[in-house]
Amino acid sequence: MDVLFRNVRELVDRANKEQKLISEIMIEQEMLITERTREEIMAQMDRNLTVMEEAVEKGLNGVFSKSGLTGGDAVLLQAYMKKGNSLCGDVMLDAVSKAVATNEVNAAMGTICATPTAGSAGVVPGTLFAVKNKLNPTREQMIRYLFNAGAFGFVVANNASISGAAGGCQAEVGSAAGMAAAAIVEMAGGTPDQCAEAFAITLKNMLGLVCDPVAGLVEVPCVKRNAMGASNSLVAADMALAGVTSRIPCDEVIDAMYKIGQSMPTSLKETAQGGLAATPTGKWLEAKIFGGAVVSGNN
Amino acid sequence: MKFKSVFDIIGPVMIGPSSSHTAGAARIGKIARDLFGKQPTWARIHLYGSFAETYKGHGTDVAIVGGLLNYDTFDERIKTAFDDAKTAGLTFEFIPETAHTEHPNTARIVIGDDEREMSMVGISIGGGKTEITELNGFLLRLSGELSAILVGHEDRSGCIASVANCLALYNINIGHMEVSRKEKGNMALMIIEVDQNINDSILAEIAKLPNITQVRRIAD
Repeated sequence: MDVLFRNVRELVDRANKEQKLISEIMIEQEMLITERTREEIMAQMDRNLTVMEEAVEKGLNGVFSKSGLTGGDAVLLQAYMKKGNSLCGDVMLDAVSKAVATNEVNAAMGTICATPTAGSAGVVPGTLFAVKNKLNPTREQMIRYLFNAGAFGFVVANNASISGAAGGCQAEVGSAAGMAAAAIVEMAGGTPDQCAEAFAITLKNMLGLVCDPVAGLVEVPCVKRNAMGASNSLVAADMALAGVTSRIPCDEVIDAMYKIGQSMPTSLKETAQGGLAATPTGKWLEAKIFGGAVVSGNN
Repeated sequence: MKFKSVFDIIGPVMIGPSSSHTAGAARIGKIARDLFGKQPTWARIHLYGSFAETYKGHGTDVAIVGGLLNYDTFDERIKTAFDDAKTAGLTFEFIPETAHTEHPNTARIVIGDDEREMSMVGISIGGGKTEITELNGFLLRLSGELSAILVGHEDRSGCIASVANCLALYNINIGHMEVSRKEKGNMALMIIEVDQNINDSILAEIAKLPNITQVRRIAD
């Protein structure tokens, strides 16, 4: 299979050489591989963007999962933000609340768009709809945001892993946060190199993150990990735009993530046997949810 | 490369909560139904690894049953798949296994009706992507890197050549091919991985060839 890039180095080099955006290289590769027209591909991504918008809207209105473990936090965050006293600023809190909104909808078995997975589906749209208010992008630029994120996710998925069961949460929320950081940089007018730096800085700081869902549900700690992933990506994007670079090249960070995932014990890879899932409260919640006693949901 | 399209990364659009354990599971169920060719009346689903440990929390069970009912990953009816199965006349049971498998998210789906039964092993490799590793005891060894078709046929001379000729006619290059049969002169199976996309009209043409009983697109 002919591809335009196999790693981040090739992706950035091609973008620089052809004086194109990373999102453009991703669109061209998609056309090449799937033999579909640009219009078809843009239209499909537009539909995915709409799904993301609808999920955030639903979450901001308040949803609760069947287990009762998660829900309603996006509403709390928006209300707090609107009081105007937040410590970390509106763009940051807006991204966090919208990431939480998406994952609360996901936990309630609502419709979402996996980016790159369902458990990590909040980070990319959460950051997108927050920076949107600051950067005022066109619809096409919002669609391009997703192609840029997709380009980096494509490299991670093929060279490492985006599965929590195979690589822990670093492979899911870690990858999603890196993808979002790179996409923010492109939307903010940064260079392809700065996109790669933002990705590397983000993922470096998510390395080693385990996947330890309480009761095996994609709720605790998944929803809040999306919140932190979103904040991580905003900080890394600002760092890259400021000219800060990663001493370890992007592809080597991705490789390190893969190897860390391989050496991570199975109990910390989406089996609900270790970490937070194995805490006394984690175990108690599991027994409460699946041990016969039914927890009433709020929906 | 296991992931070919940007929509494997930004997508699929799906019902939560897990791309590997819900969307991937629904796809495995749907592929099983597609390969069986019709609605089964019973299903026995063995779950391994992370699937076995967390299937209830992830809705893996309703998703697989939803897939067997032909629901897509984004079909809201996945939530009510257990009730829908009752209405559709599909009985099912889930068996969590402790045996170690090569991939952490593995399911063996055995389905059937009054006439026949089928056994298939599927794995969910992340982000909703799936691969089929075994069908009716025949290891497929599908890389997932290429498009693939499965052709069921009577074990007669010329069958394999006629299918290969048909693909050649449309300039479709075969990257990897496996043939197998249960007994001499009985049913046989071809798994063909190809470099190009095979559209529905080519599949229909292969299906019309003599002694061909079944043509399915898989692993995509």
